[in-house]
Amino acid sequence: MTSEPVVELRGIYTRFGEVTVHRDLSLSIAPGQIVGLLGGSGSGKTTLLREMLGLMRPNAGSVRLFGVDLDNPDQLLQRSVRRRLGMLFQHGALFSALSVFDNIAFPLRELRCLDEDWIRRLVHLKLAMVELEPGHGALMPAELSGGMVKRVALARALALEPELLLLDEPTAGLDPDRSQNFVDLVASLQQSLGLTVVMVTHDLATLAGLASHVAVLAEQHIVAFGPKENVMTSDHPFVTGFFGADRRKLL
Amino acid sequence: MISAPRLQLESGNVSLSGDWTLAAMLPEITDLQSALAVVPSTAHWNLSGLGRLDSAAAVLLWRNWGRSWPVSLEVSEPHRTVLARVADLPDVVLPHERVRLSPVLLAGGLALKALGNLRGLVAVFGQFLLDMLYLLRHPREFPAREFSANLYKAGAQALPVTALVGFLIGITISYLSALQLRNFGADLFIVNILGISIIRELGPVLVAVLVAGRSGSAMTAQIGVMRVTEEIDALSTMGISRSLRVVFPKIFGLTVAMPLLVLWISAIALFGGMVAALLQLDLSLSYFIDNLPRAVPVANLWIGLGKGLVFGFVIALVSCHFGLRVKPNTESLSSNTTSAVVTSITTVILVDAVFAIFTRHIGVPQL
Repeated sequence: MTSEPVVELRGIYTRFGEVTVHRDLSLSIAPGQIVGLLGGSGSGKTTLLREMLGLMRPNAGSVRLFGVDLDNPDQLLQRSVRRRLGMLFQHGALFSALSVFDNIAFPLRELRCLDEDWIRRLVHLKLAMVELEPGHGALMPAELSGGMVKRVALARALALEPELLLLDEPTAGLDPDRSQNFVDLVASLQQSLGLTVVMVTHDLATLAGLASHVAVLAEQHIVAFGPKENVMTSDHPFVTGFFGADRRKLL
Repeated sequence: MISAPRLQLESGNVSLSGDWTLAAMLPEITDLQSALAVVPSTAHWNLSGLGRLDSAAAVLLWRNWGRSWPVSLEVSEPHRTVLARVADLPDVVLPHERVRLSPVLLAGGLALKALGNLRGLVAVFGQFLLDMLYLLRHPREFPAREFSANLYKAGAQALPVTALVGFLIGITISYLSALQLRNFGADLFIVNILGISIIRELGPVLVAVLVAGRSGSAMTAQIGVMRVTEEIDALSTMGISRSLRVVFPKIFGLTVAMPLLVLWISAIALFGGMVAALLQLDLSLSYFIDNLPRAVPVANLWIGLGKGLVFGFVIALVSCHFGLRVKPNTESLSSNTTSAVVTSITTVILVDAVFAIFTRHIGVPQL
């Protein structure tokens, strides 16, 4: 596998009116890494994630996914890049007019080259992966509990077999047991598919259990990035404040 | 980064190489399917040279194997787990429930829906009356800010568009009537025609249609979204009555705003008619204004304003009812907004007919 970074941010500046969120931020994520993005509330973690997705343009700087600049005007190229990533939104962002089955089948149907039987098997496979019954496929998003919404959203994010998975608060709102299952699930997927994962999380257990690398967003840029052990034992004031005294216990 | 999926068939020996992933397979998916289809069922499958294998490709292989493991298979352990996951999937086809609707069921469903809506309307109406009574006893709790906000949104902000529509309608009617009246030499009756038709009928109905589209839909959508985002629930947890703070000001506000809008649109439409009459029939403005009270008894104005009041009440009532029916999904929001506008316009026309019947002896000038 080539060592070309999956995600490469260079010199990102983001401003909301007078407020500068990111100042000369750079980050480069190699294939196969599971990066936990940390930062205080309002430090621009979700904004950074949205910029990686191309939902928002930074005021300056470049975002490259799989070596493709998101400012590249080639529509087909952009679409092929989008198909290689899956995003789990914080609140699921399921299509409320479609059933669970159709939600997961939606990106597959959009490819327009898989037959219904193939799609049905894939959808049931994804449902099984996130520990949902095939019968749950008939439910509407409004009938799901918070945790189920999250799992359906993950199943949809995984539908296209992405190489890059972006997770926004993946375990928020799940009970500890479920979030441990979630961590195991993503870890096993990562092993079998060689996924690259970028996640924003506040849950230390998730971070400790899943992340291989940690990026700390503070003071408008990435103050620390590296293997989990190195970052979590560093003496940066934000890191010590964030993890508190028991940071060594988490490792 | 991606190497294309390859398949080699040599004397009963199939070996796969490259990345068998959805992204890699997409460009040549039909070729791959046809290449897989010709592999004999007794072939030896060698998957050891495989790069990556995802579940989409695993499903493809599994279906190709006729939903069972091939006789001889050589595969690495991680890839075997991917295949096993597909193999473990119960081979169920969930029956697609498609309810066949008989005409009887359809009619019954529609009737039940209509009854449900009627019940909901009565409930909103009853709650409105209860809120009125409550406010009479506790006048300090009158939601003045919400009321004035609704008055401004539904009334003041509707002034330009109603003026434009009224002016153009006035010109059109005046112009068309003038063409006919001139044939009979009855030019002067333009004052009667315009006065009665606009003040009594067109003003209130035109405003009602405009307001139903403008403010009615906005009310439904606002209440609907508040339900979707649980804002309504947040209000009730603070001990604030949703009917008093959300529904009441809307109904009350529109009921007050509508007669004013009727007055406004009638005045503008009459002005438009006067201008057209001046240009077409050389009827001076002062003659028009002098003769208006004689041609149009003042009762017509009261009927027009009364209609406006009732129409405003009906539109707000219907819109709030449909807003409260919104379920937390986008489909329900759009269908309820549509229903709100369609139902309120239909109801307004219906009420207008009732008005016409009961006021048929009032305000008609005796010549």
